[in-house]
Amino acid sequence: MSRFLTEATATAPAAAVIKVDSVLNISIFGVFVLVTLFIVLRASRSNKTAADYYTGGRSFSGPQNGFAISGDYLSAASFLGIAGAIAVNGYDGFMYSIGFLVAWLVALLLVAELMRNTGKFTMADVLAFRLKQRPVRTAAAVNTLVVSFFYLLAQMAGAGGLVALLLGISDKGQQAVVIAIVGLLMIIYVLIGGMKGTTWVQIVKAVMLIGGALVMTIWTLGHFGFSLNGLLDGAVNASAHPEIAATATTPAVPASDGLSILAPGLKYGANPLDFISLALALVLGTAGLPHVLTRFYTVPSAREARRSVVWSIWLIGIFYVFTLVLGYGANALVGKSVILAQPGGVNSAAPLLALELGGPWLLGIISAVAFATILAVVAGLTMTASTSFAHDVYASVIKRGNASQTDEVRVARITVVVIGVVAIIGGIVANGQNIAFLVALAFAVAASANLPTIIFSLYWKRFTTQGAVWSMVGGLISAIVLIVFSPAVSGGAKSMFPLPVDFHWFPLENPGIVSIPLGFLLGYLGSILSKEKEDAGKASEMTVRAYTGYGAEAASSH
Amino acid sequence: MATSPAQSEVNWGEVEKSEDFTTLKNEHRSFVLPLSAAFLIWYFAYVLLAAYLPKFMATPVFGFVNMGLILGFGQFITTWAITMWYVSRANKVHDPLAKKVYEQIENGDHK
Repeated sequence: MSRFLTEATATAPAAAVIKVDSVLNISIFGVFVLVTLFIVLRASRSNKTAADYYTGGRSFSGPQNGFAISGDYLSAASFLGIAGAIAVNGYDGFMYSIGFLVAWLVALLLVAELMRNTGKFTMADVLAFRLKQRPVRTAAAVNTLVVSFFYLLAQMAGAGGLVALLLGISDKGQQAVVIAIVGLLMIIYVLIGGMKGTTWVQIVKAVMLIGGALVMTIWTLGHFGFSLNGLLDGAVNASAHPEIAATATTPAVPASDGLSILAPGLKYGANPLDFISLALALVLGTAGLPHVLTRFYTVPSAREARRSVVWSIWLIGIFYVFTLVLGYGANALVGKSVILAQPGGVNSAAPLLALELGGPWLLGIISAVAFATILAVVAGLTMTASTSFAHDVYASVIKRGNASQTDEVRVARITVVVIGVVAIIGGIVANGQNIAFLVALAFAVAASANLPTIIFSLYWKRFTTQGAVWSMVGGLISAIVLIVFSPAVSGGAKSMFPLPVDFHWFPLENPGIVSIPLGFLLGYLGSILSKEKEDAGKASEMTVRAYTGYGAEAASSH
Repeated sequence: MATSPAQSEVNWGEVEKSEDFTTLKNEHRSFVLPLSAAFLIWYFAYVLLAAYLPKFMATPVFGFVNMGLILGFGQFITTWAITMWYVSRANKVHDPLAKKVYEQIENGDHK
């Protein structure tokens, strides 16, 4: 039994809520904020043109961008969520990380380099390249804003839960203050630093997150004689005898049941189709996430874009191996019932493991890493959404390409503030609600509404404006409608509107299995049924430029 | 660089039909498209096994390590292996071909 949990268990045997040293945790996070703010201020000195603000002057190297991509992609949901899911649901948690990783092959093989060569600032630049500008760009911008907003809202609401867990603040009003601080910091970073500052925050965060996870992984394995088998043995034992790790009142589970955490089925066993639907969205969604795609514009060439994806695939993969050790380690050393008794629930597995291994200091560092994670991810999302609004909606659609760069960047900065404020309000309202489905929804929309048009634009000559619009609009609407009428929103014990509210008719929590094929089908049908001809010259230009990089946007020269 | 043609002067249709560009495009597509199909099939085979045959995944292989963990780690290994394979291919085959066509356009061969 753990030394830090013993006291709490003795006084409150039913729910052993740990006491956290919030002053220490806040101080360590404060140091992170100061260091990154300093870096952001330094980085902002060279922000002169729109390309500087939107892409950091395309001057990052492949390895730097690889770290930034990892920092952008590994959200708090990846770190706390996956480690927690493995600790509580065993193998089923591991299956998330596999989907999140394999997805990067789609980005590497099919998307990254060709997009880097044909785009400028946004996803819409590529999609509207050879089709009719206004309808395609508008649809692509709407999808960018919707995906980014869902993702952002999930992160901000998650911040509330994290506050409860890591700072020991359970009062909703005080949690709202912390959410507002996170939002304000994010606005400051993005306003001052633009893409360059945001990228550096993501790089620093990625180093902290992967470094922290590495230390905890080695430490955890040390408890089991550096043997994977020993770790699994410990987790199986703890699951089979939960009374050792938790309260004396928990009835003993037959020893053979401990093995169930090593095989699939604990979470998705009852509904395998839902898991397949989720797997589709995970593996096809990543290469359609606008905030991932815009990262390819921060490097000087397609070759560097390729190198950045290679770095991120190694970093992300290694990180997910760590989370497997941390998840089973938390199960073995902390225990499922102790984890589930915390205010943060499943998400508290990794922080509790840190406390168990290294005491309050390690918990403080891991808490700071978790906050840094939220901050870096929301900064990246806000950057992408504001760029798309300013470049696609304002400059291209409203001003029809006649806005000056200064005006465009001014609009982008105003948008940052608006999005930041909306995110703060949304985060406070959604705090404590069960909106974990929003991340899955963002992936589903990206896979159903963005990826088909990206793939068709790059690989299918006969793709047309009508096909693009049908696919983007149909993919977006079907994914959202299906999730609104799914058990994730109503009709279940854990729904956003739990029973007795029940208006669901779609049986799955994940819409991907219907909406992704629909997005591809609509793109195909819309194209073959088009009456209008597309510009063949533009199509040739796009193909040649995509493969050769001729005329691709170069790095700025200062 | 001063003599290279502006983008509006390039006859893109001609480049696209040129032998060198066709080779570049075919080399790229004939590599990435089958490989993408292969890793997606392998991934969904794994997903279907996990979803419908959890008993098979629970089969012990050595110690507490079972089929599920072996196949799960297998996904990691193949992802890293495909990544390195693609990169070496892109560096050795695609990049030199792309450079050749790029230089032809830059020299004004396709105005």
